[in-house]
Amino acid sequence: MDSPPEVAALYRLDDSLSEPERAVREVVARLVQSEVLPVIGQHFRAGTFPAQVVARLGELGVLGANLGGYGCAGLSNVAYGLAMQELERGDSGLRSFASVQTSLVMWPIHRYGSEEQKQRWLPRLARGEAIGCFGLTETEAGSDPASLRTRAARTKGGYVLNGSKAWITNGALAHLALVWAKTDDGGPESVRGFLVDTTTRGFSAREIPGKFSLRASSTAELSLVDVRVEESDVLPGVHGLKGPLSCLNQARAGIAFSVTGAAIACFEGARAHALERQQFGRPIAAFQLTQAKLADMLERIVVAQTLGLHLLRQKDAGRASPTLVSLAKRANVRAALTTAREARSIYGASGITDDTPPIRHLLNLESVYTYEGTHEVHTLVLGKAITGIDAFG
Amino acid sequence: MKILVTAKRVEDPESKIKVKADGSGIVQEGLKYKMNPFDEIAVEEGLRLTAKHGGEVVVVSIGPKDVQEQLRHALAMGAARAVWVNHPGPLDPMGAAGLLQKVVEKEKPDLCILGKQSIDDDQGQTGQYLAEWLGWSQGTFASKLDSLESEAEKAKAPAIELSADGKTLQVVREVDSGLATLACSLPAVVTTDLRLNQPRYASLPGIMKAKNKPIEELTPAGLGVDVGLQVEVLRMSPPPPRKAGVKVGDVQELFQKLKNEAKVL
Repeated sequence: MDSPPEVAALYRLDDSLSEPERAVREVVARLVQSEVLPVIGQHFRAGTFPAQVVARLGELGVLGANLGGYGCAGLSNVAYGLAMQELERGDSGLRSFASVQTSLVMWPIHRYGSEEQKQRWLPRLARGEAIGCFGLTETEAGSDPASLRTRAARTKGGYVLNGSKAWITNGALAHLALVWAKTDDGGPESVRGFLVDTTTRGFSAREIPGKFSLRASSTAELSLVDVRVEESDVLPGVHGLKGPLSCLNQARAGIAFSVTGAAIACFEGARAHALERQQFGRPIAAFQLTQAKLADMLERIVVAQTLGLHLLRQKDAGRASPTLVSLAKRANVRAALTTAREARSIYGASGITDDTPPIRHLLNLESVYTYEGTHEVHTLVLGKAITGIDAFG
Repeated sequence: MKILVTAKRVEDPESKIKVKADGSGIVQEGLKYKMNPFDEIAVEEGLRLTAKHGGEVVVVSIGPKDVQEQLRHALAMGAARAVWVNHPGPLDPMGAAGLLQKVVEKEKPDLCILGKQSIDDDQGQTGQYLAEWLGWSQGTFASKLDSLESEAEKAKAPAIELSADGKTLQVVREVDSGLATLACSLPAVVTTDLRLNQPRYASLPGIMKAKNKPIEELTPAGLGVDVGLQVEVLRMSPPPPRKAGVKVGDVQELFQKLKNEAKVL
């Protein structure tokens, strides 16, 4: 049940959006309503990825939508963020798929790739015919990517990759892996990006079992044993860690905006439940503590949405600093997570089953809290910006 | 083939519609609007026909400036250009058909496709008036022989068939006893029923392209049409609220009630 119009207007921010931006949101909202929400609960329960949605996202031009040319829609970051927000209203796992495809695979190819690499990969990735993953994190290199161990040894005409990657979204589904590895000399400045066709001999992916979060999404370990890549598979336009870090900055900005979608789904569900559920002869929405929870949830959503819109407008103007990205990612993911927890509590006992959406969003958001720069790392980025002192050591 | 399609702005059927206390109309504040679903089917059919036979789809809407949103939606789906008849006031089916007739005379399409009715006031007359006044053949309530799950639908094939010589349309329409197949000579007016096709979503690149497609503005005065109302709405009132139901304990009790209280068995 939708919120009353004057409440929804507070977080839909329609008056601040252009007509194409609203149109983009409505198309993706319709897709999620009719093709994602009816099946997402079952996928979450079964731990399966809703693969049939990928082709639809490709058909509608959602993947790589904020890039220009090569079959991409050329949307503003705000319009793209609205599309991601609607996907996240469905499920953070599905949105994670799209974020990785767009910001961590297509964006670096678009930004740092050769013309041949762009022609080869971008149209297929945009149509959803090829799925990409981003291999930076390793079991021993999470928040500290400079310590990554995957090596690319130079050989005649190319490189041989050895190493392993962990917590890789889309890993087990991917046709293309963008693997970040150090070239021979081993320093962080020697990091390069390699476009690895996942059918190459020596490449394998293993789904990580036992997840309680992002269950409708693939999260895998990648293993690279003597994987040969050509010189033409190296991203020519970037050297060093700033390559992968710039990709993450892209993705984080999108996430800071989109995560509100999960919060809105939780809020709307909890509101409807509170009005319907009767205790002591009245709907629980009549009790002050429930009203306080709903008011807190709405406040957090509106604040997050306003901050997210500010961030993406700044990004469209080329002015979004990494500090602002860190601030917004940290603030908005925490706001969404808190909102999901409160929504869960309004559902009472039924809220612990996957028949109700908040527990799914809540569990998903625990991943979002940690990935794309942990909450803690973003805190220290802000601490450094405020004090000038680097607390990372 | 040039096809003119309509895109009326209507209240979103999923919105909660409230009648104003004085019965003069509905409360518009906070309502969402969208393209009349039957018109969306008309746009889709037009796009499929031009995809198969070549040509262009021109979309027309009548209303205040807000209707540009629905025109942009049709442009985002793939229509080539749009005509906006700027008329902020009330309009009845004869007024709409009169304006459309003038637009048709100006645009000279081979075919007009309209929704069979609009879901706001459900008059269901505009297409018929238009065909009559133009002196064109008409195929109303066009439907599809195949189910919406069929291969033809998945392949986005048009349900309306054009003869080999390009002079006749074959239109299947729903009638009380089943489906009737009509041959309509062109030019023609077709109105769409619900089961003609499943309209596409506008794609994101389509939305971006629509920004730059032209919308031509016309006015009733400019077209020389008197849109004075022939039908006046006197009063609107909400349907009486439904009475609360009762919960039955078991199937037996349900049968008892159906038999003895409702007397339907």
